[in-house]
Formats: sequence, C-alpha cells, structure tokens
Amino acid sequence: MPDTAVSGPATTGAPSATQDVKELTYGGAVNAALRRCLEEIPETLLYGEDIAKPGGVFGVTRGLRRDFGDRVFDTPISESAILGSAVGAAMLGRRPIVEIMWVDFSLVAFDQVVNQLVNVRYVSRGELVAPVTIRTQQGSAPGACAQHSQSLEALFLHVPGLRVCMPWTAQDAYDLLVAAVHSDDPVLVIENRTLYPAGTGPVRLGGPVQQPGGLRVRREGTDATVVTWGAMTARVLEAAATLAGEGISVEVLETPWLNPFPTDEVAASARRTGALAVVHEANTTGGFGAEVVARVAGEGVALRVPPLRVGLPDTRVPAAPSLAAGLVPGPDAIAATIREWLG
Amino acid sequence: MTATDAAPGSATAGTSLTDLRMVWRMRAFEEKVRELRLAGDAVGSIHLGIGQEGVATGASGLAGPQDAVFATYRGHSWAISCGVPVEALFGEILGRDTGINGGRGGSAHLTAPAYRFFGENSIVGAGAPIACGAALAGRHDGSDRVALTVFGDGAMNQGAVHEAMNFASAFSLPVVFLCENNSWSELTPIDEMVRDPELFRRAAAYGMPGERIDGNDPQEVRERLGDAFEVAREGGGPTLVEAMTQRLVGHYIGDADQYRRPGERERDAEREPVALLTRRLRESGVSDDEIAAAESDARAEMEAAAAAALAAPLADPATAKEHLYA
Repeated sequence: MPDTAVSGPATTGAPSATQDVKELTYGGAVNAALRRCLEEIPETLLYGEDIAKPGGVFGVTRGLRRDFGDRVFDTPISESAILGSAVGAAMLGRRPIVEIMWVDFSLVAFDQVVNQLVNVRYVSRGELVAPVTIRTQQGSAPGACAQHSQSLEALFLHVPGLRVCMPWTAQDAYDLLVAAVHSDDPVLVIENRTLYPAGTGPVRLGGPVQQPGGLRVRREGTDATVVTWGAMTARVLEAAATLAGEGISVEVLETPWLNPFPTDEVAASARRTGALAVVHEANTTGGFGAEVVARVAGEGVALRVPPLRVGLPDTRVPAAPSLAAGLVPGPDAIAATIREWLG
Repeated sequence: MTATDAAPGSATAGTSLTDLRMVWRMRAFEEKVRELRLAGDAVGSIHLGIGQEGVATGASGLAGPQDAVFATYRGHSWAISCGVPVEALFGEILGRDTGINGGRGGSAHLTAPAYRFFGENSIVGAGAPIACGAALAGRHDGSDRVALTVFGDGAMNQGAVHEAMNFASAFSLPVVFLCENNSWSELTPIDEMVRDPELFRRAAAYGMPGERIDGNDPQEVRERLGDAFEVAREGGGPTLVEAMTQRLVGHYIGDADQYRRPGERERDAEREPVALLTRRLRESGVSDDEIAAAESDARAEMEAAAAAALAAPLADPATAKEHLYA
C-alpha cells in the first residue's frame, strides 16, 4: 500500500528497549502492541469476552493469557460489567485494556462510556483519572447482519473527553494502540475485522510511543482533497488511482485519529486544492464527515465546488452480500462520484 | 440487644449517642440544603435521604484508607459518612469554587477520593460495575481493598447491577453490595415492580450470601455490614446486604410526595433513626440535654458551614473547560 506520510505524529518517550521489524498481519500487529504494553506497563490488565484462554474470536489476543497470567482474563458476556469495572480499576491506579467484541455491543453499555468514563477526570478536576483503552472492531463484511455491520465512530466522537482512533495499516494498528494504552485519557480504538487476516507486511515494533493525533498523506494531489479513515482508505486510494489515469489528481488524507482531529492540516490541503470530499463507511447523516466539512468551512476555506460527503446511505445494513454491495461505497462508486462532482 | 439493655454510661448508650450525633449531622445538613434550595441559593435537582441516615451512620468508619465507597445521587449522607468536610459539600451544592469538585459535580455527582468516597452516581445502578473494578484493582495492587457500592431498591432492577453481582461473584471480588431499601423506586413502590420484594434473596442466585437488616439501627448496620467487609477482605467474595429504611421526604425537592400509602408516614415516624435512637437513649437514662445537644450541635455546625460556603466565590466560568483531557 502507498505510504507517503509527510506529517507524522509527535512522539514522546524513549523507544522500547528492543526495536525490530517483523512481518505481521494487522491482527498480529494488534497482538504485538498488547504484548508490548503488558510487558512495559505493569498496571495494565487485558480482559473481555473470550479474549484470554480462547485467544479472541478473531485470534487477536492469542498467547497473552499464557504469557501474562491473571492480568489477562475472560469475562462474562456483560459489557456493562466490562466497561464499568474498567472505569473503577482505572480510578484505582490500573490501566485496563478491554475488548468489546463488536462495536454494536458497546451500545448495551453506552452508559459506562458516556456517563461514567469521560466524567472521571472532569468532575474530579484531575484528582481521579481513567486511562482506559477500549478496543473494538466494526464495519460491514459479507453476510454480517444489521447488528454486526455498523460504523459507529460518530456516536463516540460526539462525546467530549474520549479519544478515538481507527487504524488502517498494520503499523498504525500497532502504533496507535501503544499510544492509546500509554495515554492518560480514555481512548477508543476501533479496528476492522476484515483487516485482521489481511496479508502480512513489515511492522516496526518497539518504536517511540506516539502522541494521539496526526495525519497520513497517502497520496498527494492538486485537484481535490479527499479525507478518509479506517478500511475505507483502501477503497479511496483505489478510486484515486483510477482517477489519476483520467488526469484527475486527488490528494488522499487518512486521518486515523479522529479525536484529536488534524483540522488545520486538512484545511490547509483543502485550501490548496480548492475541493474537499470526505469518505467514510458510516451513515452519511450525522457522520463525522459532516463535522470535517463544517470545520473546514469554519476556517473560511474558499472551495471552488461544494464540499462532498460520501458514506453509507441513510439505511440499515442488509446481510445479503448483493444487497450490501449496493450500499457500501466501493472504489468504482467512489471514483464515479468524485468524477461527477469535479465535473 | 434491646434498647433497655443499655444502661446510662454504658458502652452501648455511648455508641448510640455517637450514632445519634452523626444521624443529626446528616439530617441537619440535608435540611439546610433543602432550605438553600427553596431559597434559590442552590439550584437544580436535589435528592434528599432524610430518614435514611441510619445506614450511612452505621457504615461510618468501616471503610479503611485503602477501601472505596460508591454511592448514589441520594448520597450526601454517604459523603459525610466518609468524612468529607461539610463546608466543601455545601460549597459543591451551591456551585462554589470551594466546593469539593469546584462546582463540577453538584448535589448528585459529589466525588472525594481523598476521603475514599469515589462518588455519587446519577445513573441508577451504574456504580455497581465500577465498584467491581475498584475491587479488581485491589487484587493486582497488593492492597486488601474492599469496595462498597450503595444503591436503592430501584437499582435492583437495573441490568448493570445484575452484571456487577455476577461479575463480582464469578471472580470472588471483595465487593459489598448494599441496597438501601426505602420501598420507593423514585415515585413507584418497589413491591409493584418485582414478584418477590425480599430483594436480598436474589443473592442466592449469584452464589453469594444475602441478608436483610434494619437500616434504622446503626449498630446493627455496623455489625452486619462489618461482617460483609470482613468476608470480602479475607477472600470470601461479595455479599448483598439489604438495609430496610425509609425516605421521609419526596424523591427530590419539589416532589409533592402524595403517593404514600395509608399508615406509612405514621409507621415511618416511629422507626426512623432519630426516633429510634432518641427513644433508646431515653430508655437507657441518657439526659434530655445530651440528646437535645446532638441536634443543636449539628444544626450549629451546618449553619456555620453553609454560611461559609455561601460567602465563597462562585465557580469561575473561565475554568469550565479545564480538566477534560490529560
């Protein structure tokens, strides 16, 4: 995959004692990040449904129970107990990393995030903190039902006090998770299950701990700025390659951190290209794309064409692959929409 | 032990007088809060626990420095039970800079970890899973922490409380689940919302001990809750204690409170903790002066603390965005 990052995130702290490069899948990178955090932060706990002895329903946490003992454990199917106990353990000095198997399941325990977790620091004026990392995964994939297909990042991005990221590359799956666990803020890391087994690639392990934030310029261009995140990035890059063959030069910005969001950098790119589109897998209405467009508009950026939002139409997600294919924007649909938009 | 067992000057009489003084501090605090609310000095939704003080009084002193107490939005008395200074509590309810949370918590979200008071919670039942986490942390930090989570009868019908009870039981976590059963789930009688109103019996389903106690008698609360603390601390896992009590006032200040059943108020007036302890002390020969002083000292303390809190500056709006992120 192209990776021409020109605006890397700030880093702090010393690199881990051992730095090396391994060939890993995205899921393997998540596992490596968890292993590193369990090794270097004794206060970490890792728990969730089926994550310890079974190693996770996607195999991502395999081997960690064996190597870290009772700091890694399986829980009842009780999302409120998982997230609530993470809040309490964090208040008392632990650094819990908890897994919500599917983002859709977080809704049964939304209270523990929106009413509890994010109020800990604020109400106590920092006397208490809640450095909880919530790992989950989302997105549509063939055959998944309407309760296992949603992209819900906007629900969480509406909540002040919660950091949110959506890594796409295996390297970011590693780096962002390490950054999340080291952060003193609560962080939601939204992975994508279709990426877990995707092909292996070199992942640099043990690098310096990054600060949340930053931007990945995945493709430079001059005719339009397209902002995207998560698994959608691959589809946007494919569309951009198609359009390049037609003489349309698209700049693709991947924003794996959505809170904090690199508004200034996105606005600068849009100012340069004069056109802004946001592409995400989440439903269009109330999606974070609307926020990106509003922020750039608020910066006073003059655009030569109206801003464009591309997302899942405002509908539920059907299980049948043929139905879903008609809704989730793929590379061809994205290219066609951009082509028409730029006239 | 019955009331008449306590002779003048006996240890029991002394304990009861200490308890009455604490009950009166809690009641005088809340009556002052009500006055401040009705005068408009305090604003918003305020939930009083007048009548329920016997439970928090009996629990006072049970939690050690390593322990953690989680209460509900009807939690003023629990903050006092944990030793949070009352001036800082008044300040918080009055939105003052000097409030225990600088005005960020208010009446219903008081938080004072320095006093092992890990907060009220305005979401019914939400504190129970959080308490499990405090107990879990203790398992990994080398402390013998016990987490006490307090909630009402209504919370027994919340899914989060069920999840927490199972979670604590499955992992034998040192959690004490304390249900203050005042028989009203906000404005609705608990016995119309459950098939079996003996709520403590649910403990059996989780494989933990459960018992019902008289929440009006601080001594009984101290002994039975103390046993639950001991079991938890020694690795015996969680306990559910159902403390029977009564709310002498509405669900919130302004609740017309016209839903009570025939005879309920008369029965409650007999058994509420001020009445119970006063009767017991009189029977054991403690002087009326000493009994009266418990009330007058408490009222004087609360008047002074409220006045000091009122004199403090309002929370500074320039700070309203602070402490959101690290």
